[in-house]
Amino acid sequence: MADGPDQSPALLEFLLRMGDNTLILGHRVSEWCGKAPVLEEDIALANIALDLIGQTRMWLGLAAEVQGEILGEVQGDRKSADDLAFLRDAWQFRNVLLCEIPNGDFGQTLMRQFLFDAWHDCQLRQLAGSADDRVAAIAAKAAKEVTYHLDRSSGTVIGLGDGSPESHARMQTALDHLYPYVGELFLSDPVDDALSAAGIAPDPGALRPAYDATLTRVLGEATLVIPQASRARGGGRDGRMHTEHLGHLLTSMQWLQRAYPGATW
Amino acid sequence: MPPPRPKSAPDIARIWEWLDAVPDPEIPVISLVDLGIIRDVAWQGDRLVVTVTPTYSGCPATAVIRLDIETALRAQGIDKIEIQTRIAPPWTTDWLTEKGRVRLEEYGIAPPSPACGPTGDLTGSPAGRGAGRGAGEPARCPRCGGMELTRVSQFGSTPCKAHWRCQSCLEPFDYFKCI
Ligand SMILES: [Zn+2]
Repeated sequence: MADGPDQSPALLEFLLRMGDNTLILGHRVSEWCGKAPVLEEDIALANIALDLIGQTRMWLGLAAEVQGEILGEVQGDRKSADDLAFLRDAWQFRNVLLCEIPNGDFGQTLMRQFLFDAWHDCQLRQLAGSADDRVAAIAAKAAKEVTYHLDRSSGTVIGLGDGSPESHARMQTALDHLYPYVGELFLSDPVDDALSAAGIAPDPGALRPAYDATLTRVLGEATLVIPQASRARGGGRDGRMHTEHLGHLLTSMQWLQRAYPGATW
Repeated sequence: MPPPRPKSAPDIARIWEWLDAVPDPEIPVISLVDLGIIRDVAWQGDRLVVTVTPTYSGCPATAVIRLDIETALRAQGIDKIEIQTRIAPPWTTDWLTEKGRVRLEEYGIAPPSPACGPTGDLTGSPAGRGAGRGAGEPARCPRCGGMELTRVSQFGSTPCKAHWRCQSCLEPFDYFKCI
């Protein structure tokens, strides 16, 4: 890590992208808590949300550390993962749009989960070999959990897609609605170029063949039709333009720390 | 130079015994040592450093576990304690002790089945599992030993467990997921 240009600013941006994806999706999934169609699904969704929030703590914890190094802050002045989660505003978030759009029905939530898990699984497997040991350690830990998430979301998408006419129709509608957001996962910018050149993170586009193979297999088995690719709907991972939904989500997620700064319990 | 370890300081083997008496807060029949999350115990000068690894990254018991370790060691007269978190290599159910596996089964939780899917292989092909058999499967019903088992849900009462049912005695039971 000593050679070459300083990658810290790009690394910080990348860590925010990873941590914001899991934070925002984790929050979305947690919205099902107490409301899922059956108890087992309720528990499963809550557990998945918990894994994602746990991963967020690792990614944003490292982001806060890197940010502190960049700013030359001493230990006590540094931000924490909680500061980053609760005290940034919408335009400072770096999650892809796929993670922030509302849950819709149960089928749409599971379709979104599958579309994200399939990418997340590829991404973490690559990151487990990162040139940055801290990134590699978090990725290796998270990958074990995400393999299981993908296992479950694939199974559910197949079960519902290849299910009753009603569930099939809902899953196809969900896929048609969500698919335009998939492209953003594979966009790249100078941040990605710098990190892939340094061996810290993969080039996003390089994950696409493996991702497409998973989609083709699972969605095929689910008897669902992958829509024609349209222009990727982006703006989240670079913070250029989030959907209006993110602000509403943050209002609920950040309310307590905004109303009672520094509150603990 | 940190202050030297006091002559009266208990030795490491003794401390492992004490830690082996601290129950897991969610599955109290096994100890933290049985669970395989205590990765290291070492004196650094007059300070005892206990290295702990989380089971699941979002496991809500993590904070309680740290507190329980501290409380147990303080009760033995150790007052300079540092608890460090280590995430690599990631926790695996291979680290459960044999004693722990036996106690889990006696308690009615099927232990992780070692003949389960890849652990730690992160370089292989992307998940090729539509059928949902990740995390292995219980070898037998912990109540009656029946072998005909159905999975009810991939998740259970805690992040580390899944929910299964025995077709012989018809009882539901928890399965400790193999990861
Ligand atoms: Zn039985």
